[in-house]
Amino acid sequence: MCISVLQLFYSFFKSLVGKDVVVELKNDLSICGTLHSVDQYLNIKLTDISVTDPEKYPHMLSVKNCFIRGSVVRYVQLPADEVDTQLLQDAARKEALQQKQ
Amino acid sequence: MYAALVLCMCISCKSTSLAVYFCEQIEHTLSPQGILGNCSKMADEVEQQTTTNTVEEPLDLIRLSLDERIYVKMRNDRELRGRLNAYDQHLNMILGDVEETVTTVEIDEETYEEIYKSTKRNIPMLFVRGDGVVLVAPPLRVG
Repeated sequence: MCISVLQLFYSFFKSLVGKDVVVELKNDLSICGTLHSVDQYLNIKLTDISVTDPEKYPHMLSVKNCFIRGSVVRYVQLPADEVDTQLLQDAARKEALQQKQ
Repeated sequence: MYAALVLCMCISCKSTSLAVYFCEQIEHTLSPQGILGNCSKMADEVEQQTTTNTVEEPLDLIRLSLDERIYVKMRNDRELRGRLNAYDQHLNMILGDVEETVTTVEIDEETYEEIYKSTKRNIPMLFVRGDGVVLVAPPLRVG
């Protein structure tokens, strides 16, 4: 038996480090990049970024890496084949039960 | 009397320690509060089992929808329909095969009538941050 701090999504994002993702922010800006790191607040660091939606919003031509505060994220688009849905569902069930106690 | 060997980690300083706890019953849950206290106290109380399948609180209803298609209403007139793969207490979610619908209202300058437009897009796998979620429900049946 072990105690685990409830951090399903933190662990999930850690497993995606190195993969390409698209982060959509609450201000409608979409940033495509490689996931470099994540923390417990789901703050995200991306490297080699580019703005996905054509000319929609700031052109960050000179920006290569960025740090995104977790609270401004609306969505993160993930590669479907990198995600083990069965594992996620089992982990979510366990996390929900731990949260109740 | 059962003995449990437990590896504990302090959440703030991350230091670990091994500890031996003695319990009356083999199914006792070691809750964080229990670890700090004396485990023999728990033997007197009636403890919940580690796994319960009863639906007690709203989050349990969401648990029933895992691996099912759901409808999510979000802030800023957005709606999602997708397969629920994971969620947590903040309502952060991972949805698969999602269709996002964004609804906008345009007002005609001359007639002042409201024109509702919606834009849809499909995303194979999506993480949704919980602070934007307003409603979670089974998909709406049309007709």
